Formats: sequence, C-alpha cells, structure tokens
Amino acid sequence: MSIQTWTYILVGLTFSVYIGIAFWSRVRSTKEFYVAGGGVGAWANGMATAADWMSAASFISMAGIISFAGYDGAVYLMGWTGGYVLLALLLAPYLRKFGKFTVPEFIAERYYSNNARMVAVFCALLVSFTYVAGQMRGVGIVFSRFLEVDINTGVIIGMLIVLFYAVLGGMKGITYTQVAQYCVLIFAFMVPAIFISIQMTGNPIPQLGFGSQLTDGSSVYLLDKLDNLNVELGFNEYTENTKPMIDIFAITLALMVGTAGLPHVIVRFFTVKKVSDARKSAGIALLLIAILYTTAPAVAAFARTNLLETISDKPYSEIPQWFKKWENTGLIKFTDLNDDGMIDYSNDQSNELYVDRDIMVLANPEIANLPNWVVALVAAGGLAAALSTAAGLLLVISASVSHDLIKRVIFPEISEKGELVVARISAFFAVCIAGYFGINPPGFVAAVVALAFGLAAASFFPAIVMGIFYKKMNREGAISGMLAGIGLMLFYMLKFKFDFFGGGSADDYWFGISPEGFGSVAMIVNFLVAFFVMNFTSPTPNAIKEIVDNIRIPENE
Amino acid sequence: MKSKNSFSPYWKTNIKYVSILLVFWFIFSFLFGIILKDYLNQFSIAGFKLGFWFAQQGSIYVFVLLIFIYVRLMNKLDKKHGFKK
Repeated sequence: MSIQTWTYILVGLTFSVYIGIAFWSRVRSTKEFYVAGGGVGAWANGMATAADWMSAASFISMAGIISFAGYDGAVYLMGWTGGYVLLALLLAPYLRKFGKFTVPEFIAERYYSNNARMVAVFCALLVSFTYVAGQMRGVGIVFSRFLEVDINTGVIIGMLIVLFYAVLGGMKGITYTQVAQYCVLIFAFMVPAIFISIQMTGNPIPQLGFGSQLTDGSSVYLLDKLDNLNVELGFNEYTENTKPMIDIFAITLALMVGTAGLPHVIVRFFTVKKVSDARKSAGIALLLIAILYTTAPAVAAFARTNLLETISDKPYSEIPQWFKKWENTGLIKFTDLNDDGMIDYSNDQSNELYVDRDIMVLANPEIANLPNWVVALVAAGGLAAALSTAAGLLLVISASVSHDLIKRVIFPEISEKGELVVARISAFFAVCIAGYFGINPPGFVAAVVALAFGLAAASFFPAIVMGIFYKKMNREGAISGMLAGIGLMLFYMLKFKFDFFGGGSADDYWFGISPEGFGSVAMIVNFLVAFFVMNFTSPTPNAIKEIVDNIRIPENE
Repeated sequence: MKSKNSFSPYWKTNIKYVSILLVFWFIFSFLFGIILKDYLNQFSIAGFKLGFWFAQQGSIYVFVLLIFIYVRLMNKLDKKHGFKK
C-alpha cells in the first residue's frame, strides 16, 4: 500500500478513537468540565500530562533543532524535563491540596485580591494563545505534507476534532483522549528511531545506539564521525557549544522554571484524587516524557549523519526519491551556485543546500528507507502531539474566561448550569481564534514562544512558590513582583525581538543573555521586588496564613 | 501530628528533603551538563563525551529518579504523621 493510503487509514483510525472517547466522557458539571471531577488516577494523569506537554514542537521540531544545534540543543532537553522536578517538589502537591479549578484562582485567594487574579488571567491568556496558534499550524502542516490537502483544510479538520471533544467533554474528555494520544505519539516516535538505530549501529535502543560504533565496518563511534563530518563542512563540532555558556545556563533555567509555571501543565495536577497522587503522577509524567526526550537527541545525531552521508558532495542527478518529494514542499532547496551538478553543503557562502529543521523527523523514515506504514505513523503521531497540547491550552483559556472573569468578577450570581454553558461557549470561541491564527499565522509565533516561557517564569512561578513556602509574602509584594517580572520580560522581548526601544543586536544583550534566557533574570527581579515591597506594606492577614498552613499538609483531620 | 504550626516536624522534614533533592537537581544538570561540560568532555563512556552525555541524556534520567525518590520519602513521611489512610 502507498504511504498515502496508510496515512488515511492510521489518521482515520486514531481520530475515530478520539471521538469515541469524547462521546463516552461528556460532562454535566463545572467540576467535571474544569478538573475532570478530580477523579483521575495517577497513571492516567501522568500519561495525559505527558501528551499535554509534548506538543507539535517536541514531536516534529525538537530533534531537528538538536540536529543542527548539536550540544546547544541540550537547553531544550534539560529545560523541558528539569521543570518537572520543580513541579513535583514545589508546586503540584500543594496546588492539588488547595483544590480549586484554575491557577489565577490560587493567586487570587492566596493574595486576597482580585487585581492579582486579573494579572494572572492576563498572563494565562497570553501564554496559552501564543502556544495554541503554533499547535493549530502544526496540525495544518502535517495534513498538507502527508495527505496533500491544503494547509487551511488541515487546520479546519483539526479545529473540528478538538472542538468536538473539548466542548463536549471538557477536562474529562481531554484527559482520556490525551491518554490515547500519548500512546499514539510515543509509538510513532519510537518505531522509526528503533529501526534507524538498528540500521546504523546494530543497537535496538536509540539511547545507547547513539553512543555506539557504526556498523559500516569502520568501527568508528557515531558521535566522533559526526564531529568530523561537521568540522569538514565548516560547522562547529557536534558535541561542543556555539552559544556562550552563560546564555545556555540562562535559557535552560528559564525553560525549566517556565515549564513549572505554565498554567496548562499545572492545571493537570488539579485533576487527581489526592495529594500523594499529584506527586506520583508528576513522576510518571516525566518518565513518559523522558522516553521521547532521551530518544530525540539520538534521532538528531542519526538523522544528521544520514543526511550528510546521503547528500553532501553527491551529484544532484543521483539523489534518492525522497529528496525530490520534499523539494516540492519547499523544505529542502538546492541551488547549484557553481553549476557543477554536485550538492555542496557547508557553513559559508558556497553552501547550496537549504534544509528545514522539521524534515529531520518528518522525512527521517523515508531517508532511512523504512516501510510505508512507518512513514504514515509519523503523521498520526504528529497530529496526536499537536491536538493533545491544543486541547489542554484551550481548556485553560476557557476556564480563565468562564470561571475567573465571568463567575468570579463580572457576574458572580451565575448558576452552575449557566457557567457550564459559558465555559463551552468560551471553548468554542477559543478554538475559532486558535484556528484563525493557524490559518493566518502571525510572523512572530517563533519569537513569542520564548516569551510564553519567559512570562510564565517571570510571573506564575515566583508568585506560586512564595505563596506556598513563604507565609509572610503579602498581596502588595506578590503583585508588584509579578508586574515587575512581566514588564521587564516584555520590555526585553520587544527591544531585542521587535526592535522597539532602540532595538539591539546580540552584542547588546544584558550579561550576554538572549531573550530566550531572559526569563531567568526577570524571575529573579520578581523575587527581589516582591521582598522589597513586602517590607514596606501591611503583613499577610492571619486567615490567609491559615490557608497556607492548610495546603502544606496532605489532608485534614 | 496534624499540627497547624509551620514549624511542625512534618513541614521541616519536607523542606529538608526538597532542599537536598534540589541540590542534586542542580549538580546533575547545571553543574555537570553546563558549567563543567568542557572539563568532563575529556572523559568518555562508550562513544559519549561525558559532559555532552550529562547534558543530553544523564540529567534527564536523574530528574526522573529524583521525583520518584521524593514520592517514596513523602509517602513514608505522610504515613509517619498519620496522613495516609
């Protein structure tokens, strides 16, 4: 069977499963809609969290980025996993004990202020919309590349599916589809990786294969070979850094802290049955995420070696079939600058080859000559990754609007039934807006993803951690800290990414830290401002101190 | 037990566990994977330079381990303080 037939079969099959689950788990109460009734088991929540977390970017783009960045790619690997340690040790158990529906709700109650709630709602919406636009775009891209439909048609199909289970099933529907989506995406990621690892190194475990010797008879270690290939072509050694170390440190920290502060991740821990389950499911989630995150750098190294060996310095007339196919999509471009008919790939002006990073995962099975069903599997996996993350984000958006804005601020008399209707309507509009951005992607999506992590790091993380571990932190301190953190982060992004306030180049970065890593600095500023302001304002009321005492113990008498 | 005092033995022990585990969190990622990367890259295990391995593999395994150690320690502590039914 052809790749396309296989793709239709696998995508059709997985989509029917998602719809079936959505129908089975439709909800009737706001508690079910926002937090799945608080009845999700530790394993189910771990799987759902893993799918929620691993987006189109993790599945499609990350291995490709590492492939080109080499050692520097470690910022994503450590940054997007290390945050779970912070989540499990500092946030998840206490927020579960607090037992409410949204992150802004925690901020509002702990800091006894609806202004604090509004700041938190603003951040939650900004972070989630930024993210979700990228996911819908990812859905469109996968559809267009594998099923040869228009990108926009792909986005609309994706919207309809998400709409169906998010509006019908709320958090409950999302949770159980995410469990299914985790299975699809991890299978789709691992199968090609295992095949390629066996092909190149004879070791079926990619994590070990990438430190093994090649099976081409040379008995050279794969990474040594890759270092040499890179150097020959004028690139940096694969296993060495190109960014300054201080920037690598700052980006890793910002991504870790940002991960722990992202509302769609935190809210998953509101859904488990008890406090000990919140801790356990954070561990399970990271274990399941680690399977993909430790395989991705192996895929990156395999794919780059394969690519360099297959096409660098080869005559264009003899290149394999897949090259032509992906040339049509514009993901690979060859311009024969010196008219010698050879593909010259290098790190200077004589370079004749453009390779999009996404191709490293999308075309990898074809480059390695794997069977058609494996290629189709990658499409189903990419869709599962994008849809699961989109759904989680949409729920945060809908809950921020219907619960935090409407129920708590604008119209408190609303009945539970009314709130559920509003929640569904906001989910509907959120999907439409996300779809709009998927079809008309703003040019700045890539730039603002760093902002999403930076904002989460600069606002939510310090406010929540201090809220739990430092009873003396008061309303004035927390709000000024958040505002200072967000303000500074926005200023730095606008200056260096959008050329506001006089702009500036990499040489002008403060302390050599790029906007991607600046969340670390903004977070520290948040803490400092909060402590400073706290010292000059009225202390935390005793009633609030009791709330804090209460969330510090796993259950009440 | 069931004390509402923030200096209760339960909370103190929890803080101790969290601090120790976060020190390991820092050592295996930021220290071994970033700060000492160049030094550790002199050594190899199999085909991996050691610093590179910590940055792209080892740190992640340690993160998973740290959370499960915390889960174990806290489940024991909960039980000791009568929180676990």
